[in-house]
Amino acid sequence: MTMLIKRRTGIEIPSSEITPEHLYLSRRSFMKGAAALAAGTLLASCRPDPGDAPFGAGQEAEASPGQVSATTDELGDPLNTYQDITTYNNYYEFSTDKAGPARLAPGYPTSPWQVAVGGLVNKPGIYDFDDLRAKFDQEERIYRLRCVEAWSMVIPWLGFPLSQLLNEVEPKAEASFVRFETVHDPDRMPGQNSPWYEWPYVEGLRLDEAMHDLTILATGLYGKDLLMQNGAPIRLVIPWKYGFKSIKSIVKIDLVDYMPTSLWMAAAPNEYGFYANVNPDVPHPRWSQATERRIGEFGRRPTILYNGYDQQVAALYAGQDLKENFMAPESGTQLR
Amino acid sequence: MPRPKLDRRTQARLLKIATHVGALLPLALLLWDYWFYLLGPNPIQEITLRTGKPALILLVLSLACTPLNTLLGWKQVLPLRRPLGLYAFFYVCLHLLIFVWLDYGLDLALIREGILEKRYALAGFTAFLLLLPLAVTSTRWAMRKLGKNWKRLHRLVYAAAVLAVIHYLWLVKSITAQPLVFAAIVAALLLLRAGPIKQRVLRWRRGLARKGTNTSFPGGKQTSEAGD
Repeated sequence: MTMLIKRRTGIEIPSSEITPEHLYLSRRSFMKGAAALAAGTLLASCRPDPGDAPFGAGQEAEASPGQVSATTDELGDPLNTYQDITTYNNYYEFSTDKAGPARLAPGYPTSPWQVAVGGLVNKPGIYDFDDLRAKFDQEERIYRLRCVEAWSMVIPWLGFPLSQLLNEVEPKAEASFVRFETVHDPDRMPGQNSPWYEWPYVEGLRLDEAMHDLTILATGLYGKDLLMQNGAPIRLVIPWKYGFKSIKSIVKIDLVDYMPTSLWMAAAPNEYGFYANVNPDVPHPRWSQATERRIGEFGRRPTILYNGYDQQVAALYAGQDLKENFMAPESGTQLR
Repeated sequence: MPRPKLDRRTQARLLKIATHVGALLPLALLLWDYWFYLLGPNPIQEITLRTGKPALILLVLSLACTPLNTLLGWKQVLPLRRPLGLYAFFYVCLHLLIFVWLDYGLDLALIREGILEKRYALAGFTAFLLLLPLAVTSTRWAMRKLGKNWKRLHRLVYAAAVLAVIHYLWLVKSITAQPLVFAAIVAALLLLRAGPIKQRVLRWRRGLARKGTNTSFPGGKQTSEAGD
């Protein structure tokens, strides 16, 4: 990439705030995880250095990452490796196996690619991906991604705020939600033939969530273009919600006046809701969301409300009617 | 071309070897992948899955022995029930150890919370608790000591199998084929033991035997090599 990459985390945290309840929790969980760490170290010491591994696995050898401006997120936790980010993926269009997409997705044609932006807007349009990337400056955003399965990573995305694209198309007054669609191509995406889900993948955001500065359309990571398994060429990243909201390989963005039904809402409506905000106090019906495993670590760490973006997004959800919108106020009822 | 005829003892020995080799294969592959860093970015999850699956499969195989005898007269699989069951328990122990040690760092409070708040973990843990006395009383000494009660106690394996399947169904993000297939298999294996169904199957087999078909009948005269 020849253009200058602006560095912005999109997070303003006054240094006085950086004490962290988070670090405190982190230390506590570290202590608790000491036994796990010990086990991990013990096991790790029983085998040769990954550098010597004959099959070359476990190294960041795959593709050397491009430029990143930092080695940690704003809370001080290290970035996950390019290797991990590009080989551990939930992309059911290709495989329900975590290692599957990295095997099957490469080679999927991502050029030419068009994103149709329309619905309740004044200036609908079909954008070529290359034009999108040229029109909107790409910035680095280092975000945590928290999967509903209770694992997480820290990822240095490259992208631009969704709000810039939405402002360009001028949503009409009656538009209240944004609906996204992934490419539908069952011939080349074997998973889309699975009868267990409704394809193509659909996701949605409330308009104010979509307009928030943290919400980005990502086109790269680690300074390089997105690989298919990460949702090439363009995907959503909304870091305070569970990962399934961050829809991949987008071809359609519509402004609508109804709450879109996502693939996961349709698959299990009593388990996966529209808002899906990260919240340790609201368990999935079948498992707790109080802890998570950070990929690359042993043991578990506590999950933080809104995935650590509480300061930036809590205001979006203040004073909402809980029953009607499946929301949780500070009193902590079901947040869906 | 006629199949080579193996005598009873060789057959039994081969089956035993196959059982041991087959049961240890998943562990061998797991250790290999661990050693060469082929477990991927989330090794704990990978190890958990690759100890859980073999546990379930071995349990199912163990439960399949009796129906195979009932249905096909394969008496020779009956002695495999114990090794298969014990290997299943072995993998269950590894599975639980990973959960408790690598994942939850031996933190009792966290473990307790994890098991209680994740209902699939509760189901799995209960299945383990049910298998524990079975493993402990798997010896011939125990069989002698418990007498009639041994058989009653070991019926707990049915509950364990049901809980194992429920554990699987509850831990996936949403229902797909695999957990359902296991559920169907376990249901079938249990139903084949149920009185009326078993009787029907036996009657059907008697009918076949009378017609002179080449199948052996449990308790009856061997009319051919088993395994046809």
